[in-house]
Amino acid sequence: MAQARKRRLRLSAIIGTVPMMIVAIGVYVIGIAFTVFWSFTDSKLFPNSTLVGFKQYHRLWQDDRWLVAVQNIWIFGILLMVFALAFGFLLAVFMDQEIRQEDLLRSIYLYPFAMSLIVTGLVWQWMLDPNFGIEHTVRSLGWANFQFSPLVDPNTAIYGLVVAGIWQGSGVTMAILLAGLRGIDAEIWKAARIDGIPIWRVYIFIVIPMMRGSIGTAFVLIAVGVVRVYDLVVAMTGGGPGISTNMPAVYVIDMITKSYNVGQGMAAATIMLLPVIAVIALIGLGRIVSTRRKNAAILRAEATA
Amino acid sequence: MTNHSVSVKDLTLNFGAVKVLKNLTLDISEGEFIVLLGSSGCGKSTLLNCIAGLLDISDGEIWIKGKNVTWAEPADRGIGMVFQSYALYPQMSVRGNLSFGLKTAGVPRAEIEKRVARASEVLQIEPLLDRKPSALSGGQRQRVAIGRALVRDVDVFLFDEPLSNLDAKLRADLRVEIKRLHQQLNNTMIYVTHDQVEAMTLADRIAIMKGGHIMQLGTPDEIYSRPQNRYVADFIGSPSMNFIDGQLQDGVFARGDLTIPMAGYNYASPQPPGGPATIGIRPEHVVTGELVGNAPVQLDVTVDIVEPMGSDTLVWTEVAGERFRVRMDGHAQVRHGEPLRIGIVPARASLFDAKSELRL
Repeated sequence: MAQARKRRLRLSAIIGTVPMMIVAIGVYVIGIAFTVFWSFTDSKLFPNSTLVGFKQYHRLWQDDRWLVAVQNIWIFGILLMVFALAFGFLLAVFMDQEIRQEDLLRSIYLYPFAMSLIVTGLVWQWMLDPNFGIEHTVRSLGWANFQFSPLVDPNTAIYGLVVAGIWQGSGVTMAILLAGLRGIDAEIWKAARIDGIPIWRVYIFIVIPMMRGSIGTAFVLIAVGVVRVYDLVVAMTGGGPGISTNMPAVYVIDMITKSYNVGQGMAAATIMLLPVIAVIALIGLGRIVSTRRKNAAILRAEATA
Repeated sequence: MTNHSVSVKDLTLNFGAVKVLKNLTLDISEGEFIVLLGSSGCGKSTLLNCIAGLLDISDGEIWIKGKNVTWAEPADRGIGMVFQSYALYPQMSVRGNLSFGLKTAGVPRAEIEKRVARASEVLQIEPLLDRKPSALSGGQRQRVAIGRALVRDVDVFLFDEPLSNLDAKLRADLRVEIKRLHQQLNNTMIYVTHDQVEAMTLADRIAIMKGGHIMQLGTPDEIYSRPQNRYVADFIGSPSMNFIDGQLQDGVFARGDLTIPMAGYNYASPQPPGGPATIGIRPEHVVTGELVGNAPVQLDVTVDIVEPMGSDTLVWTEVAGERFRVRMDGHAQVRHGEPLRIGIVPARASLFDAKSELRL
């Protein structure tokens, strides 16, 4: 009887997990395998299996558009990372001051994240448009020489994207970091006050190091958003002016759908996969090292206790 | 103001409409070890936080070392504090934990090293100085936390349930160490706990708190032998005191057939009062065995439940219809249903007014 129940349980567990496994293996593993495979072929409009070695990669790194895209993602990624983390942290600190209407404010800050990047992109495109956006508004208030239209100039268009990205990402960063802040024992704060440590020093030397977990989570989330950024670019600039705001994901999609060059698109996609794999491997390695270290520390403490 | 290390004057603390502490007054002498004892929610930790300056008070004054520190920052009050969760800075080594506050305050490097060396010697944590808190056991962590208070070179130490997170054996060990530390340093110490054993063993004086009031302030012996009210009598002592409600008339306590002449009882007021009263008798003050003959009052009871605890045995009986606990020797051979002769010594009992619950 007991065994029968056990078997039934296991069966239902299998039924429950199989679709997930099919999706994971079918979509991710097989999909990635095909991507890598086609990157070594001379596939044009339709995928074929004529192997050409590293030719697509060679061509990729000679393409100005791709080089601009790579340069852009560095600018976009680093700026977004720094500012979203900084703003998110400041917002979280502000929210942690036992303010009123915390729930309402949190919803407001989280709202951009709930919105589609297409919508975010369109809204910011309007706001940065010289004809009816911020520049127009300020000029109509009397500052006739005011200039703020980054999207028009190829040299500054990427920073317009960064502004929209920060607006979109700060709220969720705040939510994650706020959870981290709340997880810190109130007695730590009391102890620091007794020690007479100024608040900003407590944040920098005690609290932020204690928040490594949530900062890491926020970091990964932003990083993923950076690597796959596509819709924001399409909605705001379409990669322009010229090729100035191309990003790797935009490049990949354009190669497949506009240039009918699947092979080169796949090569670009494979290159995009590399930093993701590297980050995941680093995180995994870090976890293994830190658990080992922790176990060793516990053993040592037990030995001396 | 001369002799008092810490003075709390008319302290009131409100959280919104709730009065947490009500007109509290407490004077603590130089070098005294005061324990604030009470069940959770009685305001003992709140009072400690007020003294530390971690909570802003609503009314009253706090003086430390002859200075009014009511509105001073915690760091400027000349106090060190030890917390229940240790509250060590997890990313810093033990040395970093001890010296971080001093560094921030701009104490010269040589002086910091001297103080850290001295504190770690007193607490025997020298071999641990370069470890992180995560590599320490609970007892070691709490020692480091005490060390962090020690290096501040202050006159007043505040302890907020420092041993509550430790297991029973470690707690007993560290309790003795805190007592030794007090003898060695002779600082004023204010110690919050809900553990009456800690309170009785450590304190010079105990303040028993309930609902934001101090119910009684006295030496452990006073608190145990002459509780000022029924709450204190009930709170202190394990197993707790037996209470029987009755009438006090002309120096005789009576409840139905039970009469206890209170000869030898030390009344709180000069003339023996009368009226409804409660008598309290500690289980360990009930006489059994051969000595019963010497007791002024003798009763015959029936054994109901026997709880052997090794060193002694707790026997549940009934007196005047009330449950009555008797503490007997661990070797006592008693069984359910057997008759038992017990003796009561009125001089060691406590009488409380039935209405005000104050000691008579």
